[in-house]
Parts: sequence; structure tokens; C-alpha cells
Amino acid sequence: MKRALKLLALLASPVWASPVWAEVPCCATGDLGLVIERATGTLLVVDRSDRAAVGKVEGLGDLSHASLTYGPDERFAYVFGRDGGLSKVDMLTRKVVARTVQAGNSIGGAISDDGKLVAVSNYEPGGVKVFDADTLALVADVPAAGKTIGLVDVPGRRFAWTVWDTGEVFLGDFSGAEPVITPLGNAGKNPFDAVLTADAHTYLIGLFGEKGVTAFDLWDAAPKPVKFLQDYGKTEDDLPVYKMPHLQGWAFTEGQYVLPAVGAHELLWVDQASLAEVARTPVHGQAVFIIAQPASPFVWVNFATPLNDVVQVIDSRTHQVVKTLTPGKAVLHMEFAPRGAEVWISSRDDNKIVIYDTRTLKVLGEIAADSPSGIFFTARAHRTGL
Amino acid sequence: MRSLLALVVLALPCAAEVAPERAKALEHMVIQDCGSCHGLTLKGGLGRALTVDALAPADAEGLALIILDGVPGTAMPPWRPLLTEEEAMWIAHYLKKD
Ligand code: HEC
Repeated sequence: MKRALKLLALLASPVWASPVWAEVPCCATGDLGLVIERATGTLLVVDRSDRAAVGKVEGLGDLSHASLTYGPDERFAYVFGRDGGLSKVDMLTRKVVARTVQAGNSIGGAISDDGKLVAVSNYEPGGVKVFDADTLALVADVPAAGKTIGLVDVPGRRFAWTVWDTGEVFLGDFSGAEPVITPLGNAGKNPFDAVLTADAHTYLIGLFGEKGVTAFDLWDAAPKPVKFLQDYGKTEDDLPVYKMPHLQGWAFTEGQYVLPAVGAHELLWVDQASLAEVARTPVHGQAVFIIAQPASPFVWVNFATPLNDVVQVIDSRTHQVVKTLTPGKAVLHMEFAPRGAEVWISSRDDNKIVIYDTRTLKVLGEIAADSPSGIFFTARAHRTGL
Repeated sequence: MRSLLALVVLALPCAAEVAPERAKALEHMVIQDCGSCHGLTLKGGLGRALTVDALAPADAEGLALIILDGVPGTAMPPWRPLLTEEEAMWIAHYLKKD
């Protein structure tokens, strides 16, 4: 009886004044993130402010080589699994709210600038499929002559992508009733990944089958391929590449692009205006991710197996390595707090995420995770080309 | 060219003996590091599928050679700097599940 009375009293008082409210999970997602646990196919929900794991999402299929993107209200994540699964995850309930297995083998995806369309880049069968972000209903299916890579969102409900096998580059406009797909030209032999600058100006495509990088000016009405860095390292024997570099986080600092040399343990610095090489930095191994620390002159680099227990910090003004860190075994990814104060680093084989203060380079905390790979903070929702 | 290949094949150890500790490390390597191109479940990615069915027509020696020397002109790298011939043979048998 006493209980019932208490309950009644609770119900009568305004909800925000009741102690129950304090126990309701927080309704804001701005400082949350998701970590891909590749061995178990789960997502770890993390809280950036608390530096803690706060939940787990299951039922996502094969998450090896998975990535994800966020809708504009930072509530829903769209997860692209290796097995072709596209899942929509609610950050608040930590549940999969929609899921479709849309291809046999996929590699990544992107969300349109208005948050209405989600595009997935597929290996098998090759091509790009576009889905309604609300329902995950298929909106468009654009087959390709091979594996598609480097899918990015371009303002105006558009996406750009590239075909590994043929080198073809396409711009798809999904703003009208019917999609308009425009071939932009050929990037070169075996493009392995591509990235769009944050100003949506330049689509840069890294080549594996030949030396060089190809740029398309997407501000131009008729973009054309411009090749550069075609002669780096050509005289020396190439080193084996045990993991393909990722270009998602290609760094753009101090008027320069910083690119991973493919088959050499070097970073290449290129002047953004002239596309001429300005410097090289010898580094610990084959660079995989090169990511600019926001609001700073520094870039952070991780490396391919077997040299993957190290992260290096490089000053883009001097092109020198200023710090070499050993966060743990098999470092797969680095994600910065949106304003750069912290970096979260995943160590797959030590089953943990290590958090560093980017100014002091001291470890601020660790979070246990099962074979963690990609780390994605919700702030990505508001960045072009991710 | 054919006979040369045969010669190289003959030079590979027939049985693949590796210590249990190392076998565990190799298994981890196949799943994680080979998996980054061939898929964690080896059903294919940038590299083709390495499932038992997909590899059925290939013999273990041939696979071990591909693992050691890679496939020039493709993304398949040579693993000789990181693996012994015994270890490559062990991986070949592991993939074929013999
Ligand atoms: C950087 C990417 C990459 C990595 C890492 C990689 N491979 Fe490959 N692998 C490929 C590609 C691409 C091919 C296909 C080559 C071709 O087109 O003939 C291939 C082909 C193969 C083949 C031949 C398959 C066939 O049907 O002929 C075998 C066997 C193989 N890889 C084993 C391995 C093993 C074992 C590892 C780990 C020790 C590994 N690969 C790691 C990219 C990779």
C-alpha cells in the first residue's frame, strides 16, 4: 500500500522533479560513440565525457572491416558490415531498428548531406546501392564493372565512387526523381581508396596498381582527372603492403595533403595548390591511417602488420616525427574528440581502447573492448566526406 | 618455366610441423591479417575467397608458394619476410582443412 502511494505521488509530480528521471538514460547523444568489435560482431557504445563503455549492440552480422556513419540528429547510426548487411542502430535504446542484407560483400558507405539517403559501396556484386535512411528501403541500384571503393557524400544529395578493377570514377546525383549518374573519367590502375576534402572541393583517389594519386575538382562543372605524385619511390624496390592504406582520414594541414606512400615506409607531403611534392617523412612502417589532430599542426599515423603496435605523431610544419607511442598490440584506428583534446586508439590484440591527452600525450584512461577496430564519435554526423 | 616451378615446389617441406604456440599465432594471423583482405571469415574481400570449397582445386604446395611469394601485379603481398616455408605450408593445410 505504502508502495502504491509512493508511486502515485511520483506519477503526480512533474517528471523532471522526480528521482526516477535521473535514472532514465540520457537522451543526448552528442558525446557518444560506437566502437566496432570485430570478433564478436558487436558494437560498444562509449561515452566520451565519462571515458567509459555504456552499452552494447548485438545482432549486426559479420563486422570485420565494418564502418558506420550517423544521421543528422546523431541518434541513428548506419552500420556497413563486411557481409553486405546494412543496419540502422538507435543510440538511445542500443537496438538494431532496421536491417537489410543488401549484397554479398560490402566495404563501406556514406549518408547524403540532408540525411535522407544512405549509400553502400559493394564488392560482390560490385556497385552502389542507395537506401531511404528512414526505412532502409532500396531507392536506387547502380551496378559497376567491379568492386566499388572510395564512396563519399557530395553536397546536394550526391555521392562519388570509384571502381577498383577498372579505375572508373562516377558522380551520382540522387536529388531528382531519377538518379543521374555521370562518369567522370579514369583514375588509373587499381584505385584502393578515395577521400573528399572537407570543403567538398577535391576528390582524391589513391592508386595501388601504379604510382600516384588522382584528383578531381568537384567544384568544376566538368571535373577531369589530374594525376600527381607519379614518380615517388619508383627507383627503389617496393616493400610488401600487408594492409591497404585507408584514405578516410587523409590529412590536410598547412596547405598540404599528407599521403601514405604505398609500398614504402614514408609519408608524402604535397602542396595543395601546385600538387607538387614538398617533403617526405620516413616513418615506422606502411602507413594505414593518417589523421589530422583537429585544431593543431599535428597528424597521427598508424601502420600495417607486423609493425602495427606503434603510433607516430608528426608536425606538419617541420615534417618531423615528434613522438612515437606504443598504445598496444595491433592498433587499428584512431578517433579524435571533435576539438582535438583527446585521441582514442583501438588496440585489437590487447582488447582495449587507449585514450590519450593530445597535449601531454599522457594516457587518460582505457576501456576494455573485444577485438576493437573502428571508433566513431557521433560528431561525424556533421562532417562532409566521412 | 613449368619444370622450374616443380623444382621450387619440391624444395618445400612436405609435412608442416610447427609448435602449438606458433600454430595459435598463425591461426590468429590468418583470421586477422589475411582477413583484412580476404574477409575475417575468409569469404572474400579485396582478395578472393579462401574457403575450403574455393581452394579445393589448388594443392597445398601451390598455395604455400603463393603465400610466400605473393601474386606479382596484384594486391597479394609476399609473406616470406614474415613466415618460414613450414609455416606457409601449415597455413595452406589449415586453409584447406586437411
Ligand atoms: C593486402 C591484401 C591481401 C592480404 C593482406 C592477403 N592477401 Fe591473399 N590475395 C590478395 C589478392 C588481391 C589475391 C588475388 C590475386 C589474384 O588476383 O590472383 C590474393 C590471393 C591469395 C591466394 C590465392 C587464391 C587463389 O584462389 O588462387 C591465397 C592462397 C592467398 N591470397 C592467401 C593469403 C594468406 C594466407 C594471407 C595472410 C598470410 C593473405 N593472402 C593476405 C590480397 C591479399
